[in-house]
Amino acid sequence: MKRVVITGAGTINALGHDVPQTLAAMKEGHCGIGPLEMRDVERLAVQIGAQVREFASDTIFNRQQLALYDRFTQFALIAAREALAQSGLEFSGALSAKSGVVMGNSGGGMQTLDENYRTVYEDGKNRVHPFVVPKLMNNAAASHISMEFNLKGPSFTVASACASSNHAMAQAFQMVRSGMAPVMITGGTESMLCFGGVKAWEGLRVMSKDACRPFSATRNGMVQGEGAGVFVFEEMDHAKARGAEILAEVIGFAMTSDASDIVMPSRQGASRAIAGALQDAGVNREEVGYINAHGTGTAANDKTECSAVADVFGPHADTLMMSSTKSMHGHLIGGTGAVELLACIMALRDGVIAPTIGYEEPDPECALDVVPNEAREASVDVVLSNAFAFGGLNAVLALRRV
Amino acid sequence: MSVKDRVIAIVAEQAVLEPSDVTLENTLEDLGIDSLGLVESIFAIEEEFDITIPFNANEPEKSDFDISSVATIIAGIEKLVDSAPAA
Repeated sequence: MKRVVITGAGTINALGHDVPQTLAAMKEGHCGIGPLEMRDVERLAVQIGAQVREFASDTIFNRQQLALYDRFTQFALIAAREALAQSGLEFSGALSAKSGVVMGNSGGGMQTLDENYRTVYEDGKNRVHPFVVPKLMNNAAASHISMEFNLKGPSFTVASACASSNHAMAQAFQMVRSGMAPVMITGGTESMLCFGGVKAWEGLRVMSKDACRPFSATRNGMVQGEGAGVFVFEEMDHAKARGAEILAEVIGFAMTSDASDIVMPSRQGASRAIAGALQDAGVNREEVGYINAHGTGTAANDKTECSAVADVFGPHADTLMMSSTKSMHGHLIGGTGAVELLACIMALRDGVIAPTIGYEEPDPECALDVVPNEAREASVDVVLSNAFAFGGLNAVLALRRV
Repeated sequence: MSVKDRVIAIVAEQAVLEPSDVTLENTLEDLGIDSLGLVESIFAIEEEFDITIPFNANEPEKSDFDISSVATIIAGIEKLVDSAPAA
């Protein structure tokens, strides 16, 4: 089996328009959540979110591109450009033929759907723009990345709700590890902060109206975010041979299905995924210094996740750190695991653990070190990133410091 | 139909029971209504009475709306219906 390393990272999210801005914001414990700015916001019961602000897409893309790129595709391309620039890779010949893109995404082009439903249902028009379908299809982001960077190998989009990014990165990891592809571009993207996207989430009554406070006894729900994270997964020898800078090594993953409830999380499903990732990576549980939690800030997720971690790690659960950066960048749904992987890389490379902000009061059911409110300096060798989706689909990744 | 009978009809439908099988003392748990059934019932009640029920599944105990039994749910709805602005 090949070893897999990360040689490029890119993002755009509520904390920043690139990786340095995002990591600086995480180190400062900055909150990207604020009042939503969108049409008809006064008709929403939930009026906060982690929106990407000061985003002038017309200065980044030309008119022809904007006609084809929904906001989730724009985010993905911006993140991919940063990741590919950092990696220094260019794709031609055999490298191009074998390398591909696997992106996570849940909702597809929801801005496009929202706008065009308005056009036909509310405005009563009988004609929509001819590119509605290629703009809203949820493989559009992966396809446009493949076109911009000449990636002609295995390329597709993975949808598993809130675990989409982790499932996508697990696929990319597996392809590089097995020798199927020398390089895979992977991550996730989401843009669900439109009227219909927020309205749909309101219905479940799991959203907070004021803040995302994971693990705090005062938590009262999740807050949606938007954006993308994209990474370059590369076979280690390939990266070393060209003298590439290595950000971290991806050492294992596991995926499980609860097979029980469409929305309620399962302690057993989560713990099987965490234990499976440790086994796949071949690491002892004592080696894990940090977990980037799924940590949605809902009553159900946070206590279930903490008990799953306690099950797997035993006494070491009291020693390791686990934070939820969703408190800062919100829940990016299908893109969330990708942005959260940045906190994992920061922990390994910079020795800085991103905090769980908004933490007010301990909850006996979440009695772990959740790095409350302030980032912490710590040297860690192995980290995990958890994702537990609606539908009971779980995916956990393991990374090691290089 | 009274508020009470309309609420019982909604809860009974959600629980797949006859309205006569639902008593005021029943909790939703007694009736086999789970968390998804609860949010669905609340939605149905909001639609039926054209009201907005302040209920967050993350902190049910903090809502002004008491869901501990069929009787408390009816009382909560009667209060909301009385205070709703005339349409």
